[in-house]
Amino acid sequence: MALLEVSDLRTSFYTRGGVVRAVDGVSFTLDKGETLGIVGESGSGKSVTCYSLMKLIPEPPGRIESGTAIFDGQDLLRMSARDLRKVRGNRISMIFQDPMTSLNPYLRISTQLIEALRIHRDIDKKAALNKAIAALEEVGIPGASSRVHQYPHEFSGGMRQRVMIAMALITEPDLLIADEPTTALDVTVQAQILDIIKERQERLGTAVILVTHDLGVVAGTCDKVNVMYGGKLMESGTAEQVFYDPIHPYTRSLQKTIPSLQTKGADLYTIPGLPPDVSKPINGCAFYPRCPYPKVAQPEGERPQLVENGDGHCFADCRFCDSSAPIESVLPKHDAGDVDTAQDIREGEGAA
Amino acid sequence: MFRFVTVRLLQGLLVLLAIYAVTFFLVAATPGSPFSTERAIRPEILAQIEAFYGYDKPVGERFVTSVSNALRGEFGPSAVYANRSVTDIIAESFPVSLKLGSLALGLALALGIPVGIIAAVRQNSWLDYVPMSVSMAGICLPTFVMGPLLALIFGLIFELLPVAGWFGPEYVILPALTLGLYYAAYFARLTRGGMLEMLNQDWVRTARAKGVSESTIVWKHCLKGGLIPAITFLGPALAGIISGSFVVETIFQIPGLGQWFVKGALNRDDFLILGLTVLFAALIVVMNLLVDIVQVALNPRLKYE
Ligand SMILES: Nc1ncnc2c1ncn2[C@@H]1O[C@H](COP(=O)(O)OP(=O)(O)OP(=O)(O)O)[C@@H](O)[C@H]1O
Ligand SMILES: [Mg+2]
Repeated sequence: MALLEVSDLRTSFYTRGGVVRAVDGVSFTLDKGETLGIVGESGSGKSVTCYSLMKLIPEPPGRIESGTAIFDGQDLLRMSARDLRKVRGNRISMIFQDPMTSLNPYLRISTQLIEALRIHRDIDKKAALNKAIAALEEVGIPGASSRVHQYPHEFSGGMRQRVMIAMALITEPDLLIADEPTTALDVTVQAQILDIIKERQERLGTAVILVTHDLGVVAGTCDKVNVMYGGKLMESGTAEQVFYDPIHPYTRSLQKTIPSLQTKGADLYTIPGLPPDVSKPINGCAFYPRCPYPKVAQPEGERPQLVENGDGHCFADCRFCDSSAPIESVLPKHDAGDVDTAQDIREGEGAA
Repeated sequence: MFRFVTVRLLQGLLVLLAIYAVTFFLVAATPGSPFSTERAIRPEILAQIEAFYGYDKPVGERFVTSVSNALRGEFGPSAVYANRSVTDIIAESFPVSLKLGSLALGLALALGIPVGIIAAVRQNSWLDYVPMSVSMAGICLPTFVMGPLLALIFGLIFELLPVAGWFGPEYVILPALTLGLYYAAYFARLTRGGMLEMLNQDWVRTARAKGVSESTIVWKHCLKGGLIPAITFLGPALAGIISGSFVVETIFQIPGLGQWFVKGALNRDDFLILGLTVLFAALIVVMNLLVDIVQVALNPRLKYE
């Protein structure tokens, strides 16, 4: 049986500007010890999906409209507040995007580290503190036994994210939800943080939901991937399927944005246009206005459901564009006349 | 910590000296003299009186004597009430004002802070709307309206409490309410704001994700930071309560320092004015120092320096 089985999750925000359908019918499953990546551009509903699972959506304005999230036989979305508190920080933990604001500046690291242990385990302060120090050492914080007594502002961003990881894993949860754990950090630290998560996960057998907007990160770390756009899944499958053999035009476009996969010296590709405004009704396909493929029909009706392409590889079956050709053939060619690179600009100035 | 307090105390002393100097020269530059009366006094007698109080010396010399006396705790005789020294007057009436002021401040904190916390925790419910509207009204009412209003309701209509004088514990209630309610309202609004800011922080979400209960989130995670605005306001609140007491003591006929201050100013009682000014200034300096110490204790990001 799956560890977590989410079906038809819908979460909206009732704002002055209208109803924001942040998550609009998302389903997926996750097995013990497995890593699921959720990718998508900003605003696609990745965070809201995660927060909904933990019922951390601020209500109002938010509301979980429908769906179930069966975790180990119990529906997280219909638990009493009391039961939910027993799951949070105990069997499911979370790491947040911004380590600078996610730790309480008024409390010592030690206090915050042992908090979940003291709530969920029958353990005295002394023993909890020892565990906290060990946990800090495991995520590579030097001088853990003295640093544990410091305050968050005495730690750098990367160090704080390590503290967050140690804090989330100190109760050895079954599931870790990491919402863009590296986005706020600089590139050199990003890889280290991902390695630490990976290492701890393997050691503890924890299942992980890793949210990121970087498809490249997913390829290296995840077993399965969900591609989100405008509150819905566009494609899902194993990391290999989604990464090397993307089907949906959106996934293909995303794949083209990975810098390391692009030809050296070529312009970095970015998807033109903006993600959809999910507070307005979406007709047919959310990606239609930005889709690079030849358009064959006016989008209309419900947004397409996921269909399976064998081996669990699913994609939103879009009928409004002709996506049969490889994406390279439909992307606009680089126009040699454009002054684009720094080299070009400098030469241009010299000539003027 | 020790260094911090010493430095701040020395700074406070400098502030006091500056206040003393400004008050002294302002008083000296005021036209008229403490000794002018409606009846004409013979010049030689006036000269004698002036010599007794040191007013025959040049102003600079008088200032130096006055400061060195003040440093020894001597504020001289009252220039108007011949047989009493300023120190006597203070010793007699300070306890009265201290009782009134500390009750008012205590009331303000004891009422304002819990109300503010509850309003923040139950944001947008009637536990938020009702106290916040009442407190808005409280802030808008000046003391000289609130005082007579309370006296009218509790003293004259319901005949529950005395409205003037200073004879027993019940006499302090209306004046303390008049003085304290305004600051209770202020503290409630500041505490609500401070707590709301804390409750909306990302790290509250982190705490919830750890399974921390809502009450622990309030007490353990948010209270320290949430109280900072209210605590910062303690210094100005004390200053306000002192100046408010001038009005309240007059309305309720209370023999406290405030009344003496008003009398001193009206009578041109130079020594009394100086003595009281320094006392009030010293109170505010000490209060501000205490506030700073508490703030550093609450906020780990601040350091004693
Ligand atoms: N508290 C809120 N009130 C109103 N709208 C919200 C709220 N939180 C999220 N939303 C909306 O929900 C949608 C999805 O947001 P979400 O934070 O899940 O995006 P995301 O995929 O995590 O993006 P990012 O990469 O920027 O983190 C957005 O349109 C956002 O504006
Ligand atoms: Mg997000």
